[in-house]
Amino acid sequence: MTFDYSQTFRGLAGLPNTDNVPGSEMRYRDAFNLTLRAELERDPSVFVMGEDIAGGAGRFEKDGEVSYEEKKGFKPLDAWGGPFAATKGLIQDFGSERIKDTPISEAGVLGAAIGAALTGTRPVVDLMYFDFVTVAYDQLLSNAAKSRYMFGGQTKVPLTMFARSGAGTGHAAQHSESFYSMLVHIPGLKVVVPSDPLSVKGLLSASIRDDDPVFLVNDKKLINLSGFVPDAEVVFELGKGRYLRRGTDVTLIGMAYTSEICRKVAEKLEDSGVSCEVIDMLSLSPLDEDIILESVSKTNKVVIVDEDTPMCSMASEISSIIADKGFDFLDAPIKKVNSPHTPVPYNRDLEFSFMPSEERVIKAIQEIVEY
Amino acid sequence: MEKKKLEELFESMYRIRRFEETMLEQTFKGKSMGVTHSSDGQEAGPVGICAHLTDKDWIGSTHRGHGHCIAKGLDTKKMMAEIFGKSTGQCKGKGGSMHIADFSKGMLGANAIVGASIPLAVGAALSSKYNGTEDDSVGVAFFGDGATGQGVLHESMNLASIWKLPVIFVCENNHYAEATPVEYAVSIEDISDRAAAYSMPGITADGMDVFDVYEVADEAINRARKGEGPTLIELKTFRYHGHFHADDPKKYRTPEEDEKWKDRDCLKIFEEKVISNKSMTLESIKKIKDLIDKEMLEAVEFAEKSPMPDISELYSDVYVKYKD
Repeated sequence: MTFDYSQTFRGLAGLPNTDNVPGSEMRYRDAFNLTLRAELERDPSVFVMGEDIAGGAGRFEKDGEVSYEEKKGFKPLDAWGGPFAATKGLIQDFGSERIKDTPISEAGVLGAAIGAALTGTRPVVDLMYFDFVTVAYDQLLSNAAKSRYMFGGQTKVPLTMFARSGAGTGHAAQHSESFYSMLVHIPGLKVVVPSDPLSVKGLLSASIRDDDPVFLVNDKKLINLSGFVPDAEVVFELGKGRYLRRGTDVTLIGMAYTSEICRKVAEKLEDSGVSCEVIDMLSLSPLDEDIILESVSKTNKVVIVDEDTPMCSMASEISSIIADKGFDFLDAPIKKVNSPHTPVPYNRDLEFSFMPSEERVIKAIQEIVEY
Repeated sequence: MEKKKLEELFESMYRIRRFEETMLEQTFKGKSMGVTHSSDGQEAGPVGICAHLTDKDWIGSTHRGHGHCIAKGLDTKKMMAEIFGKSTGQCKGKGGSMHIADFSKGMLGANAIVGASIPLAVGAALSSKYNGTEDDSVGVAFFGDGATGQGVLHESMNLASIWKLPVIFVCENNHYAEATPVEYAVSIEDISDRAAAYSMPGITADGMDVFDVYEVADEAINRARKGEGPTLIELKTFRYHGHFHADDPKKYRTPEEDEKWKDRDCLKIFEEKVISNKSMTLESIKKIKDLIDKEMLEAVEFAEKSPMPDISELYSDVYVKYKD
C-alpha cells in the first residue's frame, strides 16, 4: 500500500490512516536526517554547508589513527554531525565536498551558497540557530530573494536554508527566536514550518526540490518528537496547510510547535464538550488562506497560536486576512495567543510564561466559546 | 600583444567611456528613471581583467557596474534600454542601472549593496570547484575601496583561501567611497596588503594602464584556473564624475587631483603607447571610435523607441512558482 500524503491536507478525519503502510515510528531529527540523505542520493547537485555540520573538519581517522590529510581508508571526522545531530553520519557517506563544514561566517557562507545556486548547484545551508539569520540577513534579503525579480526573471535561486528556532530549552535571548514574520515579509522567499516527523520529511524534500529560495524552520521543541513516517518518498506541496483534527465550535491555528499545542488542547477539551478544529499551517509563505477561511466559515470562531512576539506576527497577518475576507463568518473576536513583546528570558519560569502554553490557549478559547 | 587583441582592448574601453558619457547625458535629459553611477575614468580595470574571461567565467559587480557589463560583453542597446526602464532592457526594466545582469554572459549582476556581490563570485567559484570545472570557469569579484570596510569581503576572502577556490578579488580603488576619501576610511596605503591576512597573493596595479592590468590579471586568472586559489588585485584608479550623476565631486576633491588623474587617462596613455610603438594606426583608432559613436546613437534610439513594460510585469518573476 502506498502512502497517500494528499490525505494529510484537508483529510476529513485529520491525519491519514497509516495502517499497513510500510514505515516506522521515528523522531523528528531522524526523519530530517534520513530525508536529507535521500535528497543527497537522489540529486548530485545538492550539497550541504554549515558550521559544524560534521565537526572536527579537516581531520580523518582510521581505526584510531589520525591524519590531517585525506588518505585512503581514512574517514572524515563526524565529531558533532551538526547541531542536534541533524547531519550525523552524512560526511562519512558523502564526503567533505558535499557535507561542507564552514567557518563562522554566516553572511559569507550564505552569500557563497546563493552564488552557487545562481550558477547551477542546489545548496542546503544550515544556519544553526534561527537567531543567526540576522547575521546573514542582507544576503538573504538583497541577493537570495531579489535576484530573480531585479534581473527580470533570467535566473533562479534553488537554495534551501534551515535553522533551529523557539524558546523552551533554556537557550535564552539570542538562541531562541521565532521571528517567522521577519522572513515571511520578504517577497521572493518561501518559509515552511514542519510540526512533526512526517511533515519535516515532506517539507524538506519539497524545499530542496523547489527552484526558489526556501527557509525551513525547525522548532527545537519538536526535534525529539516521535511519529510515524512512511518509507516511501513524501514531497509536500508548498503552500498547503492541513487539518490535524476536525471540529465544529472553534478553529485553532498553529504552526511548528504551536500546532502540537493546539492538537493537545483539542484533545483535552473534547470531554468538556468543546469541539476544536485544528489547522497546522506547515507553510507560512505561501500561506494557505483557503484552509483558514474554509474552517472559520464553519466554526465562526478562531484562536491563532504563534510563538513569535505579537506585533506584525503571523498571528497578526492571519487575523487581518480573516478580518478582511471572513468578517461575515465571525461570531466572536479573533484571538491571538503570542509570546509577549519581550526578548526570550532565561529563567525557566519566566521562559515558560513567555511561550504560548496549553493554559493560555484554553483561556483564549473560553473567552470566545460562549460569546 | 597581437593587433586584434589591442583593438579589442581599445574598443571595449572606448565603448565604456562613450556609454557612460551618453548615459549621463540622457540621465540629465530625464531619460533615466533613477540614479546612475558613472564609471568613466576606470575603464582600464574591467577591460584588462575581462579580456581573459569567457562567457563561462562569472563576475560579480557593483552599483558602478556599466563598465563591468560592457567589458563582459553585454549589449549596450539592452543596457541603455534598462536604464530607460524599458521592457527591452537587459532585465525588462525591472532592475535599472544598478542591477544589470546577463547570466548568459557570466554576469552575476550589478549589486547596489556595497560588498554584497563578493560572496556571489565566491559561490560561482565554489560551483566550479564542485563540478570540477575550475579550469574554464572562475569567479571574479569587482568591488570598490569602500567595500573593504564590509565584513563580508573578509569572510569571502577567507572562504576562498581555505577552500582554494578559483576567485579573483578585484578592488577598484578609485579613492572615494561616496564622498569619503580612502585615506580616511582605510587603515593601510595599499589595499592589496589585505591579502596577506588570508594567505593569498596581493598585488597593486596601475588601474589607468590597461596593459598593466592585463598582465596582472593574466597571472591571477591562470593561478585560479590551475587550482592554485585566489588572488587579490588592487587597481589604483579614479572616477571622473561624482558618486552618482547629481553629485558634484568638487565639494570634496581638489581640481589638482582631478587633473593629475586625467593626465593619465587610460584612453590617452593607450593611444600614445600604440601610436609611438606603431602597433596601431590613427586610422584604425578612428575607425573604432566612429563605430562606437554610432553604436551609442543606436543604443539611445533603441531605448527611446522601446515600449514600457506592461503593468502586469510588476507581479512576475518574484518566484519561479508561488501559488497555483
